Amino acid sequence: MRTPLFDQHLATGGRMVEFAGWEMPVQYTGILQEHKAVREACGVFDISHMGEFFVSGSGATSWLDGLLTNNLSALPVGHAQYTLLLNERGGVIDDLIAYRLEEEKYLLIVNAAKIPEDAAWFRKHAVPEILFEDRSADFAALAIQGPKAASLFEILFHRPMPLERNRVVEIQSGHTFIATTGYTGESGFEWVMPAGEASAAWKAAIDAGALPCGLGARDTLRLEMCYPLNGSDLSPDRSPLEAGLGFFVDLKKPAFIGREALLSQKSSLLPHKLCALRVLDKAPPVRPHYKVYVNGEPVTETTSGALSPSLGYGIAMAYLPPAYRDAGQEVEIEVRNRRFRAQVVKKPFYKKP
Amino acid sequence: MNIPENLRYATSHEWILVEGDTGTVGITDHAQAELTDIVFAEPPAIGKTVKAGDVAAVVESVKAASDIYAPVGGEVVERNEAIEADPSLLNTDPFGAGWIFKIRIADSAEVASLKDAAAYREQIGA
Repeated sequence: MRTPLFDQHLATGGRMVEFAGWEMPVQYTGILQEHKAVREACGVFDISHMGEFFVSGSGATSWLDGLLTNNLSALPVGHAQYTLLLNERGGVIDDLIAYRLEEEKYLLIVNAAKIPEDAAWFRKHAVPEILFEDRSADFAALAIQGPKAASLFEILFHRPMPLERNRVVEIQSGHTFIATTGYTGESGFEWVMPAGEASAAWKAAIDAGALPCGLGARDTLRLEMCYPLNGSDLSPDRSPLEAGLGFFVDLKKPAFIGREALLSQKSSLLPHKLCALRVLDKAPPVRPHYKVYVNGEPVTETTSGALSPSLGYGIAMAYLPPAYRDAGQEVEIEVRNRRFRAQVVKKPFYKKP
Repeated sequence: MNIPENLRYATSHEWILVEGDTGTVGITDHAQAELTDIVFAEPPAIGKTVKAGDVAAVVESVKAASDIYAPVGGEVVERNEAIEADPSLLNTDPFGAGWIFKIRIADSAEVASLKDAAAYREQIGA
């Protein structure tokens, strides 16, 4: 599949790769340069492959609160919330952002790879009063991220960017949406628009000073922040509590799918926890599915890994059993049949200087 | 695309500069551009003996690891430690400061079977 910006990616020098069934740019000028641009100035990412679901109707809030982990009834209109969709076992189907557009109207931004599965799940739990629409094909989206994103916002929209994170602005009702959200740890915003407007928006963002950035930089930026990637760090067999996302789970809500499993998990010791690992030795880049050893015994494998462009050392995440997950715990990560020392550290790896 | 005339090239995108019985080996400008930002390089140990086509070194970009093959057989006599400290030299100066290792060439006939600049240019369609 291709986003509405496919031709622009080729024209901008994008190196295209397959990602979740989509032909997406992994980089344009280079991952390191793009990563640095987002940390120090501003980058623009095509995130049109992500899905857009609209949910509306009387009772939409309580319906979604029965399907998602976070608390939408506590979210003011005009705000966005990170939340998770779970199976009955408490495992993660998807992580997503919910925009509260009106009291009973929501826009959900879901992962590209999960659009069909998520949509099927929502439809399976449909109730007559609630309108659920998968509008993924109708909408495109850009993420504009970096310390200079606010000045781009002013150029693009002739108004100041909301300073608060997770604010939603409906630029044109039902048509163009902005949220001060992102996946990089920098300030910035995500811009959802009709597919036909993507090309002009992409050009406008670049003309305003954003560097085109691909999936490569998107991955290193999010990993430095320990933001999980579904399919790598999240899975139907791991709960959000194990993934360290308890902050986005409101167990005080009376009911949501997966709640019982999470409550029972919470009453005992979590079987695994997603930990941040800093590589101590000079080592080749750590990548996903590398074996992790403690005291010479294999205990788990990495779920994500990279050589951090901002920090200059190897970083990874892995699910570790209870005995080994405290900060300071030494482990070894195997790269091409050699083991390198690493250590459990507090999240995130990267903090703004 | 820079393809110096005084070098010989392997199909697997290594170059060799032959001086007497010693060859200096690196990767081509085309190879570094394809690999993108190189963030890790591991030249071979001095004294290592390789046959033509053996894996002699490894370089890694942000996204992938790539084997570097010996264009000819022989014994590794020097390794470029500068690329271990600064792997980006492979991107910025692939035919110069980004060299990977020097090899004492076992059989000069293997050099003759490598491509010249024109043949390599044709291979990569440059």
